[in-house]
Amino acid sequence: MNLKKDIKSPQRDTASPGRKLTRRKFLKTAGAAAAMAVLAQCGSKAAREAFVQRNFRSLSKEEIAQVIKRLEAEYLEKYGKKFTVSAKGSIDGTLFAYALDISRCIGCRRCVYACVEENNLSRDPQTHWIQVLEMEDEKGIDFVHSNLYYDHDEVPQEGHFYLPVACQQCKNPPCVKSCPVGATWMEPDGIVVVDYNWCIGCRCCMAACPYGARHFNWGKPQVPPGKMNTNTHFLGNRPRYKGVVEKCTFCIQRVREGLYPTCVEVCPTGSRKFGNLLDPDSEIRYILENKRVLILKEYLNTQPKFFYFFAT
Amino acid sequence: MNFFRFIKECFKIVIRGNKWYYLWLGFLLILVTWGGLGYLAQLKEGLIVTNMRDHISWAFYIGNFTFLVGVAAAAIMLVIPAYIYNWKPIKEVVIFGELLAVSAVIMCMLFVIVDVGNPLRLWHMFPLIGKLNVPSSLLGWDFLVLNVYFLLNLVIVIYLLYKLFSKKEYNKSFLYPLILFSIPMAIGIHTVTAFLYNGLVARPYWNTALLAPKFLASAFCSGPAVLLLLFLILKRTTSFEIKDEAIWKIAELMAYAMFLNLFFFFSEVFKELYSDSEHTVHLKYLFQGIGENRDIVIYGWASVIISIIAFLLFLIPKTRKNIVTLTIGALLIYFGVYIEKGIALLIPGFTPDVLGQVYVYRPSLTEIRVSVAILSIGFLFFTLSTKVAVAIIFEGFTLDRLKGKRAAVAAES
Repeated sequence: MNLKKDIKSPQRDTASPGRKLTRRKFLKTAGAAAAMAVLAQCGSKAAREAFVQRNFRSLSKEEIAQVIKRLEAEYLEKYGKKFTVSAKGSIDGTLFAYALDISRCIGCRRCVYACVEENNLSRDPQTHWIQVLEMEDEKGIDFVHSNLYYDHDEVPQEGHFYLPVACQQCKNPPCVKSCPVGATWMEPDGIVVVDYNWCIGCRCCMAACPYGARHFNWGKPQVPPGKMNTNTHFLGNRPRYKGVVEKCTFCIQRVREGLYPTCVEVCPTGSRKFGNLLDPDSEIRYILENKRVLILKEYLNTQPKFFYFFAT
Repeated sequence: MNFFRFIKECFKIVIRGNKWYYLWLGFLLILVTWGGLGYLAQLKEGLIVTNMRDHISWAFYIGNFTFLVGVAAAAIMLVIPAYIYNWKPIKEVVIFGELLAVSAVIMCMLFVIVDVGNPLRLWHMFPLIGKLNVPSSLLGWDFLVLNVYFLLNLVIVIYLLYKLFSKKEYNKSFLYPLILFSIPMAIGIHTVTAFLYNGLVARPYWNTALLAPKFLASAFCSGPAVLLLLFLILKRTTSFEIKDEAIWKIAELMAYAMFLNLFFFFSEVFKELYSDSEHTVHLKYLFQGIGENRDIVIYGWASVIISIIAFLLFLIPKTRKNIVTLTIGALLIYFGVYIEKGIALLIPGFTPDVLGQVYVYRPSLTEIRVSVAILSIGFLFFTLSTKVAVAIIFEGFTLDRLKGKRAAVAAES
């Protein structure tokens, strides 16, 4: 099956920052920044509260409710829209896992862009939680010879296959281990999450991740207010801040409500499967028990809960 | 009370100086302002004003940090022969090594601060009020050991200077345990910083058990190299004195350290090239480039060639004892290790990235400005504290003399 190209390829990162500073603008911003850095923290009550807010895992239920109230007010003011920020915890007896059929994926990148919209990913600078790599049939899975920026009129290309990579939700996550402040952890349902209010932005986790799954907000993340998905989760797709790390959460705001991740729903070829590893009758268990399954960089002992398989 | 007097008198010393002294301070202050304004812009816009991106998420700032952790060893390089073997010629200059260590650690901490996305949240790292993730996070450990090393050296050097100032014998049972403790701490800051890279399963380029030993070996070259250069400058510009044999001894120790450094390097190159696994790609990037991307190659080779020449200059007694070749050797070691730690260690570790993509990194103007500002702050601290130390050790600036002066003034009137 061939699909006409209707979605653009990711922007290549360039070595020169897009925004040029003139001297006047620079002095103005420098002055403003100096004032802001001082004032922001002793300024409004909300800003003060944000500054002293503790790690999500050490907050009581009441404190979480309070924080969420503050965030919702903040978002209403910023984006002119009413947000709901859920803090729903894991459902007992769930351990989420993902499987992706390499033999079916055609590299159309619909998952990439559905993810951008669902999870409020920054459009400028561009952030993608899913990276689709184009690989040569002859070489097999060979990252060094893969192409992230392929830009053909039609996919799939003859002699190539496609390998979408997002967070592998490792059971032994090197990123969690490396974080100096415990701002990222694995939830009981197996999802690795980030507390955007606790992350200091040191990027140890990015150096530690073998799958390039972690993304940093180098600049202020920009999402057009009209495009904002207001149905959010505290540990997932709520608006992010400049200078923090973010990553795929299996669409935590959806899966904890019993929905599939967006990428599963949008995939036109049905390559993407999702389910509960603890449920012996789940599709994911069927795949693991009956198909040829492959784990990325298995030798690293990261123990992903994201599996690749060949159905055909 | 005498201690407050000491602080007050020190302050008087640092604000007095000749024309060159003021020019030098003014020059540093201009650089600090120039870079400081760059940092304010970075605070406002975010780290997007650097050229780091997701593919290369640590670069120039962390490279400088790594190099300076090495420089902070300088003190220990001198402390070991001076105190353990009671080798007199070096003993009097240990204080300057300590001052350099303190300056270097200040710069290290500043480089970490400018590299994080949310500096205002750094309190999250403080034990008790924050949530410091030790023992599992290596940056957490690095934060701890750097702070301990900093305080340790600061206490030692202030104590020594104050005792010299008030002409009192120092208390050995107080000082020696601190000095002895500072030796494992110096090794500790290097080892932990090496482990910060070493333990990352995602980055095969750093997964060599030789990384920490190599850090120590190169630190025992670069630290004393910086110190030697500073001694040569101080000797010309102030009343600072050092015996030639002390300098030669330091140079000789550097030659051994450089030999180890080079030996570790060649061991690694052999293992990478002969095994020829897919992980060799990072080393090949450094020395050959990948496709069109060959910008880094010149640095890879420069670092090795410079280090070999410097090693030979320090190994041969004749060139080690000649002031010109000694200076050239120290400069070469400085540049060799700076390139090795700042570029050759960091950038190939991230290139190609974990998904095989190549992103070519060059520091942006903001990164250079901010780094210049931090280096200037370090030099500023070193200049001011060295002025006090030189006055106390070589110019007879002591409590007795101040009292004597006052008595003389009183007698005259």
